[in-house]
Amino acid sequence: MIELIDKLVMYFQFPFVRYAMIVGILIALCSSLLGVTLVLKRFSFIGDGLSHVAFGATAIAAAMNLTNNIFLVLPITIVSAILLLRSGQNAKIKGDAALAMISVGSLAVGYLIMNIYAKTSKFSSNLSGDVCTTLFGSTSILTLTMTEVWLCIGLSALVIVVFVVFYHKIFAVTFDEDFATATGNKAKLYNLLLAVVIAIIIVVAMNLVGALLISALVIFPALSAMRVFKSFRAVTLCSGIVSVTCAALGILISIIASTPVGSTIVAVDITGFTLFAIAGQIISRRGLTS
Amino acid sequence: MSQLACQNVTLGYEGKTVVSGLSFTVNTGDYLCIVGENGSGKSTLMKTILKLKTPVSGQILTGEGLITREIGYLPQQTAVQKDFPASVREVVRSGCLNRCGLRPFYNRQEKNMAEDAMDKLGIAPVAKSCYRELSGGQQQRVLLARALCAARKILLLDEPATGLDPKATVEMYTLVKKLNTEGITIIMISHDITAATKYASHILHLGAQTPLFFGTKEEFLESEAGRVFAGAGNGAGAGNGAGAGNGAGAGNGAGAEAGAGDGAGAEGAGAGGAGDGGVRA
Repeated sequence: MIELIDKLVMYFQFPFVRYAMIVGILIALCSSLLGVTLVLKRFSFIGDGLSHVAFGATAIAAAMNLTNNIFLVLPITIVSAILLLRSGQNAKIKGDAALAMISVGSLAVGYLIMNIYAKTSKFSSNLSGDVCTTLFGSTSILTLTMTEVWLCIGLSALVIVVFVVFYHKIFAVTFDEDFATATGNKAKLYNLLLAVVIAIIIVVAMNLVGALLISALVIFPALSAMRVFKSFRAVTLCSGIVSVTCAALGILISIIASTPVGSTIVAVDITGFTLFAIAGQIISRRGLTS
Repeated sequence: MSQLACQNVTLGYEGKTVVSGLSFTVNTGDYLCIVGENGSGKSTLMKTILKLKTPVSGQILTGEGLITREIGYLPQQTAVQKDFPASVREVVRSGCLNRCGLRPFYNRQEKNMAEDAMDKLGIAPVAKSCYRELSGGQQQRVLLARALCAARKILLLDEPATGLDPKATVEMYTLVKKLNTEGITIIMISHDITAATKYASHILHLGAQTPLFFGTKEEFLESEAGRVFAGAGNGAGAGNGAGAGNGAGAGNGAGAEAGAGDGAGAEGAGAGGAGDGGVRA
């Protein structure tokens, strides 16, 4: 045990480990806050869809030899998020189909672009490694620069402030959009805001767990919390706490056991969900007997 | 000017006309019941009044300083709400949101309002319970309490009795009537013609493509459209029999024609056939 702590202390002397921890916790918190709304709006898969869009945009940025791809990736992802969330109810192509279309479409195009440019050797020679990193975020969280860390802190702070300030409005729009609009609230505006915030989180989170695993960060904490708690506020708070705990644990385990960061965090999330599901069962049985 | 005026409105969606030539007015304190078959445009009309949809042509005007923020709405339940983790208190308070404006949190007054609404509808004891675990009748009360928080002048209800047992249905209608006597204008969609004629002050009857009738409850009961609807199948026969019996044949004939056609005619026929009362016999 003491060895383990010594090892951790040793690791935490490296700044990149501290950065990874800060960024990981912030991303986990933000994604879990919005996860509750997304799961309830039947948009669990938006994380997946948008992250694939971000993957496609990353490929384009790489092909264009951009040094800081976030300025291209973020706007493209935000626009996609707005299109997906706004056309939710009335579109000819329904939400899930549109999401699947955009999701696989951009994944394919992204990989295609990466491949074409790898052949013309502008790209690094290790193509499959690059793709794997982008999809599973295997090491990029450990190679964060100071700028990226501050950008992440700034964007996370923005997301949290927006969430707190618009908390009641987000609740009303999620619970009953028609009622909110009919009684004179700007539901469309809040949906737009939600779309922008979700896009920001996904672009930032790609660094941590990679494009394929973001959905896990969004849905697992929310679903865990919903097993046990019955009010929106309790679910949101619990979801945040669960997510931060799982992310911190995941990062620690991945450092000690030298496993991939993203998939370790998700594995911890799955364990958390199992525990909450069991707890939920026990609580509801007790509720029936008493 | 009336609180709400509908002027020659045509409603429809995806290029298909559902109702055309619809005109009616609602005054403060009225209790308007919208009846009609499935697909006659009742819900479309309500969504248009709420500005969730735009009419194909014509306009809906609000008067007496009525603004959107003073409207309460009891929608039909959506699929999302069936597994939504929300406490009763959270749902009811969300009705106060239109009073907040840019303020992020509810103030003391709004919180008290939510508590009052819950007291009024008898759901205060379950304020901390989870909305999705309540019975259908209680859920409907929660949504009505939320609508009350939003409603300052007018309350729109879309089939409030859906999924309620007979006892809860009567309680729901009694509650709505009580709110009406306290001064809130009510516009309600209902399949239940008996309840509509019992509680409402005005009836709007929508038929395929055209509005069949608009007027007070008394006029409706005596109109041909009302008799066909209220008589539930034997209305036409009863009307004919009465016509033969008391010799008001001309009046009844006009009534039958107008009943199939325009609202104004139906109204006139209602006055004309006032004597026979065949439906109730």
